[in-house]
Amino acid sequence: MIDAGISFHVSEKGYYGDFGGAFIPEMLYPNVEELRLHYLEYMMEPSFQKEFHFLLKDFVGRPTPLFKAERLSAKYNTQIYLKREDLCHTGAHKVNNTIGQILMAKRLGKYKIVAETGAGQHGVATATVCALMGMECIIYMGAIDIERQAPNVARMKMLGASVVAAQSGSKTLKDATNEAMRHWINHPVDTHYIIGSVVGPHPYPDMVAKFQSIISEEIKWQLQEKEGRDYPDYILACVGGGSNAAGAFYHYLDEPRTALIAAEAAGQGVSSGHSAATTFLGKPGVLHGSKSLLMQTEDGQVIEPYSISAGLDYPGIGPLHAHLSTSGRAKFFDITDDEALEAALECSMLEGIIPALETAHALAVFGKLGAKPNEISVVNLSGRGDKDLATYQEKLKLNP
Amino acid sequence: MNRISTLFKSTQEPILNVYATAGYPNFGDTMLVLNALQEGGVDIIEIGMPYSDPIADGETIQQSNQVSLDQGMSVTHLFDQLKNMRQSISVPVLLMGYVNPVLQFGVERFCQKCQEVGVDGLILPDLPLAEYQQSYQTIFEQYGLLNIFLITPQTSDERIKQIDSISEGFIYMVSSASTTGAKTGISSDQEAYFKRIDGMKLKNPRLVGFGISDRESFLKASNGASGAIIGSAFVKLLGNAKNLREEIVEFVKSIKGLK
Ligand SMILES: Cc1ncc(COP(=O)(O)O)c(C=O)c1O
Repeated sequence: MIDAGISFHVSEKGYYGDFGGAFIPEMLYPNVEELRLHYLEYMMEPSFQKEFHFLLKDFVGRPTPLFKAERLSAKYNTQIYLKREDLCHTGAHKVNNTIGQILMAKRLGKYKIVAETGAGQHGVATATVCALMGMECIIYMGAIDIERQAPNVARMKMLGASVVAAQSGSKTLKDATNEAMRHWINHPVDTHYIIGSVVGPHPYPDMVAKFQSIISEEIKWQLQEKEGRDYPDYILACVGGGSNAAGAFYHYLDEPRTALIAAEAAGQGVSSGHSAATTFLGKPGVLHGSKSLLMQTEDGQVIEPYSISAGLDYPGIGPLHAHLSTSGRAKFFDITDDEALEAALECSMLEGIIPALETAHALAVFGKLGAKPNEISVVNLSGRGDKDLATYQEKLKLNP
Repeated sequence: MNRISTLFKSTQEPILNVYATAGYPNFGDTMLVLNALQEGGVDIIEIGMPYSDPIADGETIQQSNQVSLDQGMSVTHLFDQLKNMRQSISVPVLLMGYVNPVLQFGVERFCQKCQEVGVDGLILPDLPLAEYQQSYQTIFEQYGLLNIFLITPQTSDERIKQIDSISEGFIYMVSSASTTGAKTGISSDQEAYFKRIDGMKLKNPRLVGFGISDRESFLKASNGASGAIIGSAFVKLLGNAKNLREEIVEFVKSIKGLK
């Protein structure tokens, strides 16, 4: 299952197999280089670890429960656990990373923060830690996403952040990321860029994965308590950039008994021309500072993706996931808008949990996975669905 | 010797490098723009290969890139338009763009095409030094292409020396921490920065880019360097021009102080 010769951890030069690196303009070099030289050292400092774990516990509410979903298990005739990242403060896993990165920003001597956001979850999580630490916060968000995730825009504003609409390109996550990078180029000295996923130039993918790895660290002891073994047969997660998946996979990357399952947003279908399923449609390319799989034209222009879920509406994936996909270590499923909506409704009705649209893509995999009755699956329930209510109302015809 | 190196060796006057987005304002305008730039007296031409996600560029150049792409421009079309370039263009020509379209075209095939049509060098802002040395340098050199590196006010002296040691032609000195077109004019702080770099006695000459828009800023920048690069201000002119050729010739003459 796992070729012993393959490493799934980042190399000295910032690569996962053929993917990764730091393809950044010289304007960003001093900041990225400073981070590269120090991130491991800063993260390992006892004072950093102490503050990080204190905030995860008392501010975020960790550990998040590992909940046995009995009715979903019965429905699919297998053993399903939900890792409840939706219960994190701010409603998604994104805050694990922003807590880590705000502490990093402090150690780097930066006092202003810029970030991009798609669904608004990362924007809210960033605005939250900025309020907590008293730092200035600017969030770039695609103009289309500002419309479809209005509650999160209001939350960011209430937390004191400035929300700037990205008007270029497809006006979604890719364009918000471009604008955030441009902002950083224009403010290199006082500002730290808190990237929201395992994307961007090295060392961002590795740093974000390490902050999110708390998810699988907890799954290990929680499963041990509940099942008497610390590994599941399957771990499932949705992949936009791939941060919740990276966190859920992290401590199982080298565990041959655990199959890693990733759900990508197929939009209206992989061949419909309206999709965001990068591992199905992408080729190796460079975007936002790293080499990875990328949806692009023959001429190397980035294709504007489509998904009903703003957090998965991105034409690339993190370099770790490109490596997991091409090496065969993880299996990727393409999940359409409709399949995700159906899975969201099912989880709500069977378990009393309204998941985020992103997360619903991972839940939809159960219809295709073929897990056996005694096999154990853990789904990373990356976020809650409050932010998606407007979409659910419209698509599931919930209006009076 | 490469046309760029020859130019810097033979000229005492401030050198003017002008950036123009390929296939802009209209798909078929590329050669017309090049010829008019040369007629006006430009010293180097930098042709922008349009890209969907140009993160180092501000609004003006972004927008010109998008218009050009919407009109169907691609790397393949560009080489086609430049096929007979050297029949009329004698000044050095650089291609500026982002690394992904080059990767998709195929790095070696791209370099081969550059050599065929008479391109002298490349500016790929998202291709950093380490990646260049590891995977690109040998191929670029094989086809006689100079790779032009950027330095900024935040670049350390140590890194500047490193960039100088592997550079040939010139070094692109970004005038301030910004994307293109973000600021105009040259401040006294910036002049001090140009002088500081001048004092490092590098082996390569420098051209100043970002924020240069008229004769005044061109001369100020040239004071601490061998010349300067104009991008956004010229792209704006292209976007608004009624009489493209004449306005380009006029613009270049006014910057160079020619009658
Ligand atoms: C709840 C939730 N899950 C998943 C994602 C996708 O991001 P990633 O792939 O980095 O986990 C998002 C992004 O906004 C999200 O809000």
